[in-house]
Amino acid sequence: MTAVSSASPGLGKGSAGTGAENRLFGPLPDVQGEAGYGEDHPARVGFFTDTSVCIGCKACEVACKEWNTLPMDDSHGKRDAMGMSGMSYDNTGMLGANSWRHVAFIEQSRAVDLPMPTIGRPGDDRRDSGLPVNPISPQADGPLNAQTSVLNAEALSEFDPQTSQSGGDKQIRWLMSSDVCKHCTHAGCLDVCPTGALFRTEFGTVVVQGDICNGCGYCVPACPYGVIDKREDDGRVFKCTMCYDRLTDGLQPACATACPTQSIQFGDLDELQARADARLATLKGQGVESARLYGRDENDGVGGNSAFFLLLDEPEVYGLPPDPIVTTRDLPAMWKAAATGAAMIVGIIGSAFLGRRRS
Amino acid sequence: MTVSSHGSGGADSSGPTGNEPAGDAPVTPGAGWHRAGGEDLTRPRRKRRKGGGGWGGGNREAAMVPEAEFSSYYGRQIIKTPTWKNPEVPIYFFLGGAAGTSSVIAALAEFTGRPKLARNAEYVAGAGALASVVLLIDDLGRPERFLHMLRVFKVTSPLSVGSYILSPFSALASAAAAFRLLDLKPVMGLGTKVLPFLPKIAGAIPLLRKSSAVGAAAFGGPMATYTAVLIANTAVPSWHAPYDELPFVFAGSAMAAGGGITMALTPVDEAGPSRRVALGGVALELAAMHKVENGHGVVSEPYHLGKAGKLMKAAKAATVGGAAITALLGRKRPGAVAGGVLLAAGSLLTRMGVFEAGMASAKDPKYTVIPQRERIAAREAARGATTDGTEGNDITSGEASTITR
Repeated sequence: MTAVSSASPGLGKGSAGTGAENRLFGPLPDVQGEAGYGEDHPARVGFFTDTSVCIGCKACEVACKEWNTLPMDDSHGKRDAMGMSGMSYDNTGMLGANSWRHVAFIEQSRAVDLPMPTIGRPGDDRRDSGLPVNPISPQADGPLNAQTSVLNAEALSEFDPQTSQSGGDKQIRWLMSSDVCKHCTHAGCLDVCPTGALFRTEFGTVVVQGDICNGCGYCVPACPYGVIDKREDDGRVFKCTMCYDRLTDGLQPACATACPTQSIQFGDLDELQARADARLATLKGQGVESARLYGRDENDGVGGNSAFFLLLDEPEVYGLPPDPIVTTRDLPAMWKAAATGAAMIVGIIGSAFLGRRRS
Repeated sequence: MTVSSHGSGGADSSGPTGNEPAGDAPVTPGAGWHRAGGEDLTRPRRKRRKGGGGWGGGNREAAMVPEAEFSSYYGRQIIKTPTWKNPEVPIYFFLGGAAGTSSVIAALAEFTGRPKLARNAEYVAGAGALASVVLLIDDLGRPERFLHMLRVFKVTSPLSVGSYILSPFSALASAAAAFRLLDLKPVMGLGTKVLPFLPKIAGAIPLLRKSSAVGAAAFGGPMATYTAVLIANTAVPSWHAPYDELPFVFAGSAMAAGGGITMALTPVDEAGPSRRVALGGVALELAAMHKVENGHGVVSEPYHLGKAGKLMKAAKAATVGGAAITALLGRKRPGAVAGGVLLAAGSLLTRMGVFEAGMASAKDPKYTVIPQRERIAAREAARGATTDGTEGNDITSGEASTITR
């Protein structure tokens, strides 16, 4: 039985109030309503992952694997293989069909020149520490770089829980971040799924129905974050469900329950967003200028995420795309080009038959 | 065994180690922090390209323009590589295009007194359509669930729309080819044994065939171009960036293939339209492909490098050679056959090259990070221009961004 899928934002009726705007991209205050749920649907839930208090214990990974009975895999997603990544303490490597939480681990160092008195533009000691100002480097974070000032470096070593001084002129810090499916407001995987196996839940999350998925694999390259993947010997795709089974029974997701430092916080999305804003203000106040929220902005390319993060460095350092977009945003232009191309085929072939017959 | 994998970030030995004082290290976005210990895989080897139009196919030593630095997580890719089978999926793109354009040729040949061209084009369309269905089902992780494709219709999913193009197209195109097969006496005899009523409706068969051919032709154009939308609507950088040009590449390539194959199979006195279709297709394909290969900055690069670069070069050689032979010798049968074969080969190689370029761009984080960084910088520049007209243009200096915020 063919039905117009409720998971198709281009065709959905949309509940009152949401109007016809932003079905393909942009802010969407009521994702569940847009997906066809009635007024009485539960609030949108999410994860706020505060990486500044992550200790890299991987309890979330273990809890996720246990609860969801995920198979073992190596750092490249190869099932039932054991292998070291050979790059760091991170042997999970990436999110995939068999790893729905992935703790990234980055060890960084930088030179600091504490005893030297500095004279320069306030908030910028790059010339003093001898760092060349690279004109090509995309310095998009602007003033966030101000943390290189010596004063801020001291503040950071005092307040940033993940920074320590090793020797007089070198700082070491560990960045750890538990990555997970972002459950986007405009989810590329959900948009492109041709079977309706991927659907929007009443909690605003995005879940794969294993009994519907036919393994076409379209969602895999559609995800701008590289989250969802195909389990090779199974043929279907898998990703984080935000423990949909637990949510329907009033429980928290397994990873948030297991997290010992409350780095992974689960709750209603508005509440989490308020909490994240407050946490960011606290960190900034303490001089951690490099702190920033990722996935919090509903004006970003995917309309904001249900699972968002507080990061201490650029997103790409953690393996996250700096400016992801849902490619369906450009789909109307693509269909237009395809229709024009198809019309050109008919036009060119038609005119080819117009010429007189010659032997 | 799986210890290795430094991803694409195999930094050359003279590269930064990450252990030198920050004064010697290039500035990364992020306050001077860089990855500690060992090769600094967060900043993979510096890839360089020649300035101007001449893209180096591996000759990175002749560098003139250093590329932007970028960070990554141990050089690992950000998006996932498509799981689609290679070469099955590019072959599907090729067959869908050849069958789609052949069906349009068939329908027009039916009504312009070119029976042999119509017959051959119907066979090509029917065979291509059936093979397309087989390849598409074969590519599924759960082939027995192919019909799940038809349980919903979603305009946001090019594969869903494509299923609703491929299904009627393949049904109608193979029906037209089947009715055409009944013209052959042995087939008719065999068919009568299975379906005893066939001789009774023999008079209606031409009409049935013509209506099937016309029906298939209605889906022929979309069949050839929807596959471009299929790959463009992904996060794969080298597929998504040229999203409004790839449909024209696929349309042109499909016409080159469909025109070329029908031209090769058909006596030259009937094959005039096929020749013109093939040449028109080549012109469209080369023009659109030129934009794809040169118009998108760093994201165009995979079309010139490695396996994809070789395939694209071979595709161009076959396409241009085929077009030249068609134009000069196409009115003689050997020329038509040689030209048609080359054009079909060029079309297949084009699809394989485009496919490979996308795979390569998915596997290297730089193609994901750098364009997104440029997008952010452009946005900041635009914002800076509105709030502070004097500094907005100078955003890339790194100092302006501090001022304009």
